[in-house]
Amino acid sequence: MVCVISYALVPAAAEIAFIVTRDSGIKIIRASDSSLLVEFESVIDPALHQRVLNLFRAFLAKRDPRIRNLHPAYASLLIDFYPLQVGHEDLESQALALCEAEKIERDESPRVLIIPVCYDTEFGLDLADVAKHNSLTADEVIRLHTESDYLVYFLGFSPGFAYLGGLPPKLRTPRLTTPRTGVPAGSVGIAGDQTGVYPVDSPGGWRLIGRTPLRMFDPSATPPTRLQAGDQVRFASISRAEFERLAEKDRDFQCRS
Amino acid sequence: MSLLIKDPGFATTVQDLGRFGYAHLGISPAGAADGLSFRIANMLVGNHENAAGLEMSLSGATIEFQEETTAAITGASCQIALNGVEIAHSHPVCVPIGAILQCGRMIDGARAYLAVQGGIDVPSVMGSASTHLAARFGGFQGRSLRKGDLLNLGRKNLHAARRLNLNVTSIKSEGPTRLRVTRGPQQDWFAADSFATLFSATFTVTQHSGRTGLRLAGDCVVPSKTAQLLTEGVSLGALQIPPDGQPIILFVDQQTTGGYPKIANVVAADMHRVGQLRPADKVIFEEVSIDDALQLLRQQERWLRTAFEED
Repeated sequence: MVCVISYALVPAAAEIAFIVTRDSGIKIIRASDSSLLVEFESVIDPALHQRVLNLFRAFLAKRDPRIRNLHPAYASLLIDFYPLQVGHEDLESQALALCEAEKIERDESPRVLIIPVCYDTEFGLDLADVAKHNSLTADEVIRLHTESDYLVYFLGFSPGFAYLGGLPPKLRTPRLTTPRTGVPAGSVGIAGDQTGVYPVDSPGGWRLIGRTPLRMFDPSATPPTRLQAGDQVRFASISRAEFERLAEKDRDFQCRS
Repeated sequence: MSLLIKDPGFATTVQDLGRFGYAHLGISPAGAADGLSFRIANMLVGNHENAAGLEMSLSGATIEFQEETTAAITGASCQIALNGVEIAHSHPVCVPIGAILQCGRMIDGARAYLAVQGGIDVPSVMGSASTHLAARFGGFQGRSLRKGDLLNLGRKNLHAARRLNLNVTSIKSEGPTRLRVTRGPQQDWFAADSFATLFSATFTVTQHSGRTGLRLAGDCVVPSKTAQLLTEGVSLGALQIPPDGQPIILFVDQQTTGGYPKIANVVAADMHRVGQLRPADKVIFEEVSIDDALQLLRQQERWLRTAFEED
Protein backbone atom coordinates (compact mmCIF):
# COMPACT_ATOMS: atom_id res chain seq x y z
CA MET A 1 0.00 0.00 0.00
CA VAL A 2 1.53 3.27 -1.10
CA CYS A 3 0.38 6.53 0.27
CA VAL A 4 1.22 9.82 -1.31
CA ILE A 5 1.80 12.69 1.00
CA SER A 6 1.63 16.20 -0.34
CA TYR A 7 4.89 18.02 -0.64
CA ALA A 8 2.99 21.11 0.46
CA LEU A 9 3.69 19.99 4.02
CA VAL A 10 7.34 20.83 3.57
CA PRO A 11 7.91 24.23 5.15
CA ALA A 12 9.39 27.04 3.14
CA ALA A 13 12.27 27.41 5.60
CA ALA A 14 15.70 26.70 4.24
CA GLU A 15 16.32 23.91 6.69
CA ILE A 16 14.93 20.58 5.57
CA ALA A 17 12.93 19.29 8.48
CA PHE A 18 10.86 16.79 6.54
CA ILE A 19 11.77 13.92 4.33
CA VAL A 20 8.82 12.67 2.34
CA THR A 21 9.11 9.61 0.22
CA ARG A 22 6.52 8.62 -2.32
CA ASP A 23 7.84 5.10 -2.62
CA SER A 24 7.56 3.92 0.95
CA GLY A 25 4.74 6.23 1.93
CA ILE A 26 6.43 7.45 5.05
CA LYS A 27 7.31 10.87 6.30
CA ILE A 28 10.35 11.40 8.49
CA ILE A 29 10.34 14.46 10.70
CA ARG A 30 13.19 15.80 12.77
CA ALA A 31 11.23 16.11 15.98
CA SER A 32 14.09 17.57 17.99
CA ASP A 33 17.90 17.70 18.02
CA SER A 34 17.82 14.23 19.59
CA SER A 35 14.89 12.51 17.94
CA LEU A 36 13.12 11.80 14.71
CA LEU A 37 9.57 10.75 14.02
CA VAL A 38 8.74 8.25 11.31
CA GLU A 39 5.11 8.83 10.36
CA PHE A 40 2.95 6.51 8.36
CA GLU A 41 -0.59 7.54 7.41
CA SER A 42 -2.47 9.25 10.18
CA VAL A 43 -5.09 6.54 10.71
CA ILE A 44 -5.66 3.72 13.17
CA ASP A 45 -5.51 0.56 11.12
CA PRO A 46 -4.11 -2.87 12.02
CA ALA A 47 -2.39 -3.38 8.64
CA LEU A 48 -0.72 0.02 8.80
CA HIS A 49 0.22 -0.64 12.40
CA GLN A 50 1.97 -3.82 11.29
CA ARG A 51 4.37 -1.61 9.36
CA VAL A 52 5.03 0.44 12.51
CA LEU A 53 5.69 -2.80 14.38
CA ASN A 54 8.02 -4.11 11.69
CA LEU A 55 10.08 -0.93 11.76
CA PHE A 56 10.07 -0.81 15.56
CA ARG A 57 11.15 -4.44 15.85
CA ALA A 58 13.85 -4.00 13.23
CA PHE A 59 15.34 -1.09 15.18
CA LEU A 60 14.97 -2.95 18.47
CA ALA A 61 16.80 -5.95 17.01
CA LYS A 62 19.76 -3.77 16.07
CA ARG A 63 20.44 -3.11 19.78
CA ASP A 64 22.16 0.07 18.69
CA PRO A 65 23.59 1.67 21.85
CA ARG A 66 23.38 5.06 20.18
CA ILE A 67 19.58 4.82 20.21
CA ARG A 68 18.12 5.79 23.58
CA ASN A 69 14.46 4.97 23.18
CA LEU A 70 11.90 3.79 20.66
CA HIS A 71 8.30 4.97 20.99
CA PRO A 72 5.98 3.07 18.64
CA ALA A 73 2.39 4.36 18.47
CA TYR A 74 -0.70 3.91 16.28
CA ALA A 75 0.92 5.05 13.05
CA SER A 76 4.36 6.36 13.93
CA LEU A 77 7.68 5.52 15.51
CA LEU A 78 9.66 8.09 17.48
CA ILE A 79 13.37 7.33 17.61
CA ASP A 80 15.22 9.08 20.43
CA PHE A 81 19.01 8.99 20.26
CA TYR A 82 22.27 10.28 21.73
CA PRO A 83 22.85 13.24 19.41
CA LEU A 84 26.61 13.35 19.96
CA GLN A 85 26.91 9.72 18.91
CA VAL A 86 24.64 9.46 15.89
CA GLY A 87 23.04 11.96 13.54
CA HIS A 88 19.60 12.36 11.99
CA GLU A 89 20.90 11.50 8.50
CA ASP A 90 22.25 8.15 9.62
CA LEU A 91 19.00 7.10 11.31
CA GLU A 92 16.85 8.51 8.52
CA SER A 93 18.61 6.38 5.94
CA GLN A 94 18.37 3.37 8.23
CA ALA A 95 14.63 3.94 8.63
CA LEU A 96 14.14 4.32 4.88
CA ALA A 97 16.14 1.16 4.17
CA LEU A 98 14.15 -0.81 6.70
CA CYS A 99 10.85 0.45 5.33
CA GLU A 100 11.93 -0.63 1.86
CA ALA A 101 13.01 -4.04 3.11
CA GLU A 102 9.74 -4.76 4.88
CA LYS A 103 7.64 -4.55 1.73
CA ILE A 104 7.12 -8.28 1.85
CA GLU A 105 4.31 -8.94 4.28
CA ARG A 106 5.53 -10.76 7.33
CA ASP A 107 3.50 -13.64 8.52
CA GLU A 108 4.29 -13.67 12.18
CA SER A 109 1.32 -14.85 14.15
CA PRO A 110 0.86 -12.57 17.15
CA ARG A 111 0.96 -13.70 20.77
CA VAL A 112 -2.54 -14.17 22.09
CA LEU A 113 -3.02 -13.44 25.77
CA ILE A 114 -6.08 -14.10 27.88
CA ILE A 115 -6.66 -11.59 30.65
CA PRO A 116 -9.03 -12.87 33.34
CA VAL A 117 -11.37 -10.15 34.60
CA CYS A 118 -13.78 -10.18 37.51
CA TYR A 119 -16.69 -7.98 36.46
CA ASP A 120 -18.30 -7.93 39.92
CA THR A 121 -19.78 -4.54 40.78
CA GLU A 122 -17.24 -4.25 43.58
CA PHE A 123 -14.60 -3.76 40.85
CA GLY A 124 -16.84 -2.65 37.99
CA LEU A 125 -17.87 0.59 39.62
CA ASP A 126 -19.16 2.01 36.33
CA LEU A 127 -20.46 -1.21 34.76
CA ALA A 128 -24.07 -0.13 35.32
CA ASP A 129 -23.38 3.28 33.75
CA VAL A 130 -21.72 1.71 30.69
CA ALA A 131 -24.74 -0.60 30.32
CA LYS A 132 -27.20 2.24 30.72
CA HIS A 133 -25.34 4.53 28.31
CA ASN A 134 -25.53 1.85 25.60
CA SER A 135 -29.01 0.52 26.47
CA LEU A 136 -27.61 -2.87 27.44
CA THR A 137 -27.75 -5.09 30.51
CA ALA A 138 -24.60 -5.55 32.57
CA ASP A 139 -24.39 -9.16 31.35
CA GLU A 140 -24.50 -7.97 27.75
CA VAL A 141 -21.65 -5.54 28.43
CA ILE A 142 -19.58 -8.41 29.87
CA ARG A 143 -20.46 -10.68 26.96
CA LEU A 144 -19.51 -8.06 24.35
CA HIS A 145 -16.32 -7.14 26.19
CA THR A 146 -15.17 -10.77 26.42
CA GLU A 147 -16.18 -11.72 22.86
CA SER A 148 -13.93 -9.27 21.09
CA ASP A 149 -10.29 -9.68 20.05
CA TYR A 150 -8.15 -6.70 20.92
CA LEU A 151 -4.88 -5.56 19.39
CA VAL A 152 -2.20 -3.94 21.53
CA TYR A 153 -1.24 -0.96 19.38
CA PHE A 154 1.39 0.31 21.79
CA LEU A 155 2.19 0.95 25.42
CA GLY A 156 2.16 4.50 26.71
CA PHE A 157 0.60 6.80 29.30
CA SER A 158 2.14 4.83 32.19
CA PRO A 159 4.42 1.77 32.46
CA GLY A 160 2.67 -1.21 30.89
CA PHE A 161 -0.47 0.67 29.87
CA ALA A 162 -1.67 -0.86 26.60
CA TYR A 163 -3.62 1.10 23.99
CA LEU A 164 -6.03 -1.57 22.76
CA GLY A 165 -8.00 -1.47 19.55
CA GLY A 166 -11.13 -3.49 18.95
CA LEU A 167 -13.72 -2.30 21.45
CA PRO A 168 -17.19 -3.20 20.11
CA PRO A 169 -18.87 0.09 19.08
CA LYS A 170 -21.84 -0.85 21.28
CA LEU A 171 -19.65 -0.39 24.35
CA ARG A 172 -18.40 3.12 23.59
CA THR A 173 -18.86 5.33 26.63
CA PRO A 174 -17.41 8.77 27.34
CA ARG A 175 -14.91 9.08 30.15
CA LEU A 176 -15.93 10.36 33.56
CA THR A 177 -16.37 14.12 33.73
CA THR A 178 -14.31 14.16 36.92
CA PRO A 179 -11.44 11.65 36.97
CA ARG A 180 -10.95 9.54 40.08
CA THR A 181 -7.91 10.47 42.12
CA GLY A 182 -7.02 6.83 42.67
CA VAL A 183 -7.68 3.87 40.40
CA PRO A 184 -6.26 0.55 41.69
CA ALA A 185 -3.83 -1.43 39.54
CA GLY A 186 -5.61 -4.10 37.48
CA SER A 187 -8.74 -2.02 36.94
CA VAL A 188 -10.31 -2.55 33.51
CA GLY A 189 -11.95 0.48 31.98
CA ILE A 190 -13.60 1.99 28.93
CA ALA A 191 -13.07 5.52 27.60
CA GLY A 192 -14.64 6.52 24.29
CA ASP A 193 -13.78 3.74 21.85
CA GLN A 194 -10.87 2.49 23.94
CA THR A 195 -10.59 -0.16 26.60
CA GLY A 196 -7.60 -0.93 28.78
CA VAL A 197 -6.14 -2.14 32.03
CA TYR A 198 -4.50 0.19 34.57
CA PRO A 199 -1.10 -1.47 35.26
CA VAL A 200 -0.27 0.65 38.32
CA ASP A 201 -2.29 2.61 40.86
CA SER A 202 -2.92 5.99 39.28
CA PRO A 203 -5.52 8.69 38.86
CA GLY A 204 -7.84 8.08 35.93
CA GLY A 205 -11.08 9.00 34.21
CA TRP A 206 -11.96 5.75 32.49
CA ARG A 207 -15.27 3.99 33.27
CA LEU A 208 -14.33 0.97 35.35
CA ILE A 209 -16.06 -2.28 34.44
CA GLY A 210 -13.94 -4.89 36.25
CA ARG A 211 -10.52 -5.85 37.53
CA THR A 212 -7.89 -8.40 36.60
CA PRO A 213 -5.97 -10.22 39.33
CA LEU A 214 -2.88 -10.35 37.08
CA ARG A 215 -0.01 -8.01 37.60
CA MET A 216 0.34 -6.05 34.37
CA PHE A 217 3.57 -4.35 35.41
CA ASP A 218 6.37 -5.81 37.51
CA PRO A 219 9.59 -3.77 37.46
CA SER A 220 11.66 -6.76 38.59
CA ALA A 221 10.44 -9.03 35.79
CA THR A 222 11.91 -9.46 32.31
CA PRO A 223 10.17 -8.01 30.42
CA PRO A 224 8.53 -5.82 33.07
CA THR A 225 5.21 -5.56 31.26
CA ARG A 226 2.78 -8.39 30.58
CA LEU A 227 1.68 -6.93 27.26
CA GLN A 228 3.78 -5.80 24.32
CA ALA A 229 2.91 -3.88 21.17
CA GLY A 230 1.49 -6.31 18.61
CA ASP A 231 -0.04 -8.74 21.11
CA GLN A 232 -3.62 -9.90 20.77
CA VAL A 233 -5.71 -9.80 23.89
CA ARG A 234 -8.95 -11.39 24.99
CA PHE A 235 -10.73 -10.82 28.26
CA ALA A 236 -12.28 -13.77 30.11
CA SER A 237 -14.91 -13.33 32.82
CA ILE A 238 -14.01 -14.93 36.15
CA SER A 239 -15.75 -15.24 39.50
CA ARG A 240 -14.75 -13.42 42.64
CA ALA A 241 -13.35 -16.69 44.08
CA GLU A 242 -11.25 -17.24 40.96
CA PHE A 243 -10.03 -13.65 41.22
CA GLU A 244 -8.72 -14.31 44.73
CA ARG A 245 -7.11 -17.59 43.68
CA LEU A 246 -5.34 -16.05 40.70
CA ALA A 247 -4.29 -12.97 42.66
CA GLU A 248 -2.59 -15.23 45.20
CA LYS A 249 -0.95 -17.26 42.46
CA ASP A 250 0.21 -14.18 40.60
CA ARG A 251 1.77 -12.54 43.63
CA ASP A 252 5.23 -13.76 42.71
CA PHE A 253 4.44 -14.13 39.05
CA GLN A 254 6.96 -12.74 36.67
CA CYS A 255 5.29 -10.97 33.82
CA ARG A 256 6.24 -13.65 31.33
CA SER A 257 3.61 -15.33 29.29
CA MET B 1 28.42 2.46 56.10
CA SER B 2 25.63 4.72 55.13
CA LEU B 3 23.78 8.00 55.08
CA LEU B 4 20.98 8.58 57.55
CA ILE B 5 18.27 10.95 56.40
CA LYS B 6 17.51 13.22 59.36
CA ASP B 7 15.21 15.47 57.30
CA PRO B 8 14.45 14.81 53.62
CA GLY B 9 13.61 18.44 52.77
CA PHE B 10 10.74 19.14 50.39
CA ALA B 11 11.28 16.29 47.92
CA THR B 12 14.51 14.32 47.70
CA THR B 13 14.98 11.31 45.44
CA VAL B 14 17.77 9.02 44.31
CA GLN B 15 18.53 9.62 40.63
CA ASP B 16 21.11 8.92 37.96
CA LEU B 17 21.10 10.14 34.36
CA GLY B 18 17.96 8.16 33.52
CA ARG B 19 16.55 4.84 32.45
CA PHE B 20 16.67 4.43 28.71
CA GLY B 21 15.51 1.66 26.39
CA TYR B 22 12.05 1.10 27.89
CA ALA B 23 9.90 3.83 26.34
CA HIS B 24 8.17 1.22 24.19
CA LEU B 25 6.86 -0.30 27.43
CA GLY B 26 5.50 3.08 28.54
CA ILE B 27 8.43 3.74 30.86
CA SER B 28 9.75 7.31 30.94
CA PRO B 29 13.45 7.87 31.64
CA ALA B 30 13.19 9.74 34.98
CA GLY B 31 16.73 10.71 36.04
CA ALA B 32 18.21 13.99 37.22
CA ALA B 33 16.14 16.99 36.11
CA ASP B 34 19.33 19.03 35.72
CA GLY B 35 21.63 16.41 34.28
CA LEU B 36 24.49 18.86 33.82
CA SER B 37 24.68 19.78 37.52
CA PHE B 38 24.27 16.12 38.38
CA ARG B 39 27.25 15.16 36.23
CA ILE B 40 29.37 17.95 37.68
CA ALA B 41 28.59 16.75 41.23
CA ASN B 42 29.77 13.25 40.36
CA MET B 43 32.88 14.53 38.59
CA LEU B 44 33.78 16.65 41.63
CA VAL B 45 33.93 13.59 43.88
CA GLY B 46 35.66 11.46 41.26
CA ASN B 47 32.65 9.29 40.42
CA HIS B 48 31.50 8.03 37.07
CA GLU B 49 29.09 10.74 35.90
CA ASN B 50 26.14 8.33 36.04
CA ALA B 51 26.70 7.23 39.67
CA ALA B 52 23.53 7.46 41.76
CA GLY B 53 23.15 10.66 43.76
CA LEU B 54 20.45 12.68 45.47
CA GLU B 55 18.22 15.25 43.81
CA MET B 56 16.87 17.75 46.34
CA SER B 57 14.00 20.00 45.30
CA LEU B 58 13.24 23.48 46.64
CA SER B 59 14.58 22.77 50.10
CA GLY B 60 17.55 20.54 50.88
CA ALA B 61 17.99 17.55 53.12
CA THR B 62 19.77 17.09 56.44
CA ILE B 63 21.94 14.00 56.39
CA GLU B 64 24.12 12.22 58.93
CA PHE B 65 27.21 10.61 57.42
CA GLN B 66 27.95 7.34 59.15
CA GLU B 67 31.10 6.93 57.12
CA GLU B 68 33.96 9.20 56.15
CA THR B 69 33.73 10.19 52.53
CA THR B 70 33.93 13.01 50.00
CA ALA B 71 30.76 14.81 48.95
CA ALA B 72 29.81 17.69 46.65
CA ILE B 73 26.68 19.73 46.13
CA THR B 74 25.86 21.35 42.80
CA GLY B 75 22.85 22.78 41.00
CA ALA B 76 20.71 25.44 42.63
CA SER B 77 22.59 27.40 45.24
CA CYS B 78 21.57 26.88 48.81
CA GLN B 79 23.20 27.34 52.17
CA ILE B 80 25.20 24.27 53.03
CA ALA B 81 26.55 23.57 56.48
CA LEU B 82 28.74 20.75 57.69
CA ASN B 83 28.45 20.35 61.45
CA GLY B 84 27.07 23.87 61.54
CA VAL B 85 29.91 25.45 59.58
CA GLU B 86 29.12 26.87 56.16
CA ILE B 87 30.85 25.12 53.28
CA ALA B 88 31.26 25.89 49.59
CA HIS B 89 28.87 24.91 46.84
CA SER B 90 30.26 23.06 43.77
CA HIS B 91 33.33 22.01 45.67
CA PRO B 92 34.44 18.58 46.91
CA VAL B 93 34.35 18.39 50.70
CA CYS B 94 35.79 15.75 53.03
CA VAL B 95 33.05 14.67 55.38
CA PRO B 96 34.22 13.09 58.63
CA ILE B 97 32.38 10.17 60.16
CA GLY B 98 29.33 11.25 62.13
CA ALA B 99 29.12 14.67 60.48
CA ILE B 100 25.78 16.31 59.76
CA LEU B 101 25.35 17.91 56.35
CA GLN B 102 22.55 20.42 56.19
CA CYS B 103 21.25 21.92 52.96
CA GLY B 104 18.91 24.87 53.10
CA ARG B 105 16.32 26.37 50.76
CA MET B 106 17.17 26.68 47.08
CA ILE B 107 17.97 30.31 46.37
CA ASP B 108 18.34 30.67 42.62
CA GLY B 109 16.93 27.48 41.15
CA ALA B 110 14.77 24.46 41.87
CA ARG B 111 17.12 21.55 42.46
CA ALA B 112 20.46 20.82 44.05
CA TYR B 113 22.44 17.61 43.71
CA LEU B 114 24.46 15.72 46.27
CA ALA B 115 27.10 13.32 45.02
CA VAL B 116 29.00 11.10 47.42
CA GLN B 117 32.15 9.22 46.55
CA GLY B 118 31.16 5.75 45.37
CA GLY B 119 27.58 6.84 44.73
CA ILE B 120 24.40 5.78 46.51
CA ASP B 121 24.04 2.01 46.46
CA VAL B 122 20.50 1.15 45.37
CA PRO B 123 19.39 -1.83 43.26
CA SER B 124 19.61 -1.21 39.55
CA VAL B 125 16.14 -1.57 38.05
CA MET B 126 16.09 -1.88 34.27
CA GLY B 127 19.66 -0.66 34.25
CA SER B 128 19.13 2.50 36.26
CA ALA B 129 19.10 3.82 39.83
CA SER B 130 16.58 6.54 39.00
CA THR B 131 13.36 6.82 40.98
CA HIS B 132 10.22 6.39 38.89
CA LEU B 133 7.79 8.18 41.18
CA ALA B 134 4.55 7.50 39.28
CA ALA B 135 5.04 3.74 39.10
CA ARG B 136 6.94 3.60 42.41
CA PHE B 137 10.06 1.71 41.44
CA GLY B 138 13.78 2.37 41.16
CA GLY B 139 15.81 4.61 43.43
CA PHE B 140 15.24 4.02 47.13
CA GLN B 141 12.10 1.86 47.39
CA GLY B 142 10.56 3.71 44.45
CA ARG B 143 9.76 6.82 46.47
CA SER B 144 10.97 10.15 47.81
CA LEU B 145 13.19 9.87 50.87
CA ARG B 146 11.75 10.06 54.37
CA LYS B 147 13.17 10.80 57.78
CA GLY B 148 15.02 7.75 59.08
CA ASP B 149 15.89 6.25 55.69
CA LEU B 150 19.32 4.67 55.65
CA LEU B 151 21.14 4.76 52.30
CA ASN B 152 24.12 2.57 51.60
CA LEU B 153 27.10 3.92 49.76
CA GLY B 154 28.72 2.23 46.81
CA ARG B 155 32.28 1.09 46.65
CA LYS B 156 34.81 3.90 46.66
CA ASN B 157 36.29 4.49 43.26
CA LEU B 158 39.86 4.99 42.29
CA HIS B 159 39.64 8.54 41.02
CA ALA B 160 40.45 11.37 43.36
CA ALA B 161 38.16 14.31 43.90
CA ARG B 162 38.56 17.16 41.43
CA ARG B 163 38.10 20.89 41.58
CA LEU B 164 36.39 23.18 39.15
CA ASN B 165 38.44 25.96 37.63
CA LEU B 166 35.32 27.87 36.64
CA ASN B 167 32.61 29.38 38.74
CA VAL B 168 29.45 27.39 38.06
CA THR B 169 27.62 28.19 41.26
CA SER B 170 25.38 30.81 39.71
CA ILE B 171 23.24 28.72 37.46
CA LYS B 172 20.60 31.31 36.77
CA SER B 173 21.07 34.79 35.46
CA GLU B 174 18.85 37.75 36.22
CA GLY B 175 15.62 38.04 34.27
CA PRO B 176 13.74 35.39 32.35
CA THR B 177 15.31 32.02 31.60
CA ARG B 178 16.05 31.77 27.91
CA LEU B 179 15.27 28.38 26.44
CA ARG B 180 16.42 27.66 22.93
CA VAL B 181 14.09 25.50 20.87
CA THR B 182 13.93 23.84 17.50
CA ARG B 183 10.65 23.60 15.60
CA GLY B 184 8.58 20.58 16.59
CA PRO B 185 7.01 17.69 14.68
CA GLN B 186 3.66 19.52 14.25
CA GLN B 187 5.25 22.81 13.18
CA ASP B 188 2.98 22.83 10.12
CA TRP B 189 -0.05 22.93 12.44
CA PHE B 190 0.88 26.44 13.52
CA ALA B 191 0.75 29.64 11.51
CA ALA B 192 3.48 32.28 11.49
CA ASP B 193 1.66 34.38 14.11
CA SER B 194 1.69 31.45 16.56
CA PHE B 195 5.47 31.22 16.19
CA ALA B 196 5.68 35.01 16.53
CA THR B 197 3.80 34.75 19.83
CA LEU B 198 5.94 31.86 21.04
CA PHE B 199 9.15 33.70 20.32
CA SER B 200 8.12 37.12 21.64
CA ALA B 201 5.96 36.43 24.70
CA THR B 202 7.23 35.89 28.22
CA PHE B 203 5.74 32.82 29.87
CA THR B 204 5.39 32.10 33.56
CA VAL B 205 5.98 28.69 35.11
CA THR B 206 2.78 27.73 36.96
CA GLN B 207 2.34 25.81 40.20
CA HIS B 208 1.27 22.76 38.18
CA SER B 209 4.83 22.02 37.18
CA GLY B 210 7.19 19.27 38.17
CA ARG B 211 9.22 16.40 36.84
CA THR B 212 6.47 15.21 34.47
CA GLY B 213 6.15 18.56 32.79
CA LEU B 214 6.10 22.32 33.21
CA ARG B 215 2.84 24.07 32.55
CA LEU B 216 3.37 27.62 31.38
CA ALA B 217 1.01 30.59 31.40
CA GLY B 218 1.19 33.46 28.94
CA ASP B 219 -0.12 34.57 25.56
CA CYS B 220 -2.13 31.87 23.79
CA VAL B 221 -0.35 29.85 21.13
CA VAL B 222 -3.16 28.39 19.07
CA PRO B 223 -2.79 25.82 16.28
CA SER B 224 -4.25 26.87 12.96
CA LYS B 225 -5.20 23.27 12.29
CA THR B 226 -8.07 21.92 14.35
CA ALA B 227 -7.66 18.23 13.57
CA GLN B 228 -7.18 15.68 16.32
CA LEU B 229 -3.64 14.39 16.50
CA LEU B 230 -3.25 10.64 16.62
CA THR B 231 -1.41 9.74 19.82
CA GLU B 232 2.31 9.45 19.06
CA GLY B 233 5.66 9.21 20.84
CA VAL B 234 6.90 12.40 22.47
CA SER B 235 10.48 13.46 22.95
CA LEU B 236 12.07 14.96 26.03
CA GLY B 237 11.59 18.71 26.12
CA ALA B 238 8.73 18.75 23.60
CA LEU B 239 6.62 21.89 23.81
CA GLN B 240 3.09 20.63 23.44
CA ILE B 241 0.12 22.89 22.96
CA PRO B 242 -3.16 21.74 24.54
CA PRO B 243 -6.46 23.30 23.41
CA ASP B 244 -6.14 26.20 25.85
CA GLY B 245 -3.01 27.39 24.01
CA GLN B 246 -0.81 27.34 27.12
CA PRO B 247 2.43 25.44 26.39
CA ILE B 248 3.57 22.45 28.41
CA ILE B 249 7.26 21.43 28.41
CA LEU B 250 7.38 17.64 28.67
CA PHE B 251 10.02 16.65 31.13
CA VAL B 252 11.94 13.67 32.52
CA ASP B 253 8.95 11.87 34.13
CA GLN B 254 6.71 12.56 31.11
CA GLN B 255 4.30 10.10 29.58
CA THR B 256 5.99 8.35 26.68
CA THR B 257 3.17 9.15 24.22
CA GLY B 258 0.85 12.10 23.82
CA GLY B 259 -1.94 13.48 21.67
CA TYR B 260 -1.35 17.24 21.64
CA PRO B 261 0.51 18.96 18.80
CA LYS B 262 4.09 19.90 19.53
CA ILE B 263 5.14 23.28 18.20
CA ALA B 264 8.77 23.14 19.31
CA ASN B 265 11.32 21.24 21.35
CA VAL B 266 13.80 22.54 23.90
CA VAL B 267 17.35 21.83 22.72
CA ALA B 268 19.33 19.18 24.58
CA ALA B 269 21.91 21.77 25.66
CA ASP B 270 19.23 23.73 27.55
CA MET B 271 17.39 20.87 29.27
CA HIS B 272 19.36 21.45 32.47
CA ARG B 273 17.87 24.95 32.64
CA VAL B 274 14.37 23.44 32.56
CA GLY B 275 15.36 21.40 35.61
CA GLN B 276 16.07 24.61 37.52
CA LEU B 277 12.78 26.36 36.78
CA ARG B 278 10.41 26.85 39.66
CA PRO B 279 6.87 28.17 39.85
CA ALA B 280 6.58 31.91 39.02
CA ASP B 281 9.85 31.89 37.06
CA LYS B 282 9.72 33.63 33.67
CA VAL B 283 10.67 31.87 30.43
CA ILE B 284 11.35 33.12 26.93
CA PHE B 285 11.88 30.95 23.87
CA GLU B 286 14.40 31.54 21.13
CA GLU B 287 14.46 29.59 17.89
CA VAL B 288 17.61 27.86 16.70
CA SER B 289 18.22 25.39 13.91
CA ILE B 290 18.90 21.74 14.66
CA ASP B 291 22.49 22.22 13.48
CA ASP B 292 22.92 25.13 15.89
CA ALA B 293 21.35 23.05 18.68
CA LEU B 294 23.89 20.30 18.13
CA GLN B 295 26.68 22.87 18.02
CA LEU B 296 25.51 24.20 21.41
CA LEU B 297 25.56 20.69 22.83
CA ARG B 298 29.07 20.05 21.55
CA GLN B 299 30.22 23.36 23.04
CA GLN B 300 28.69 22.41 26.37
CA GLU B 301 30.52 19.07 26.38
CA ARG B 302 33.79 20.80 25.55
CA TRP B 303 33.19 23.30 28.36
CA LEU B 304 32.50 20.45 30.78
CA ARG B 305 35.74 18.71 29.87
CA THR B 306 37.78 21.85 30.44
CA ALA B 307 35.91 22.95 33.56
CA PHE B 308 37.97 20.83 35.90
CA GLU B 309 41.43 21.61 37.15
CA GLU B 310 44.10 19.22 36.11
CA ASP B 311 45.51 17.26 38.99
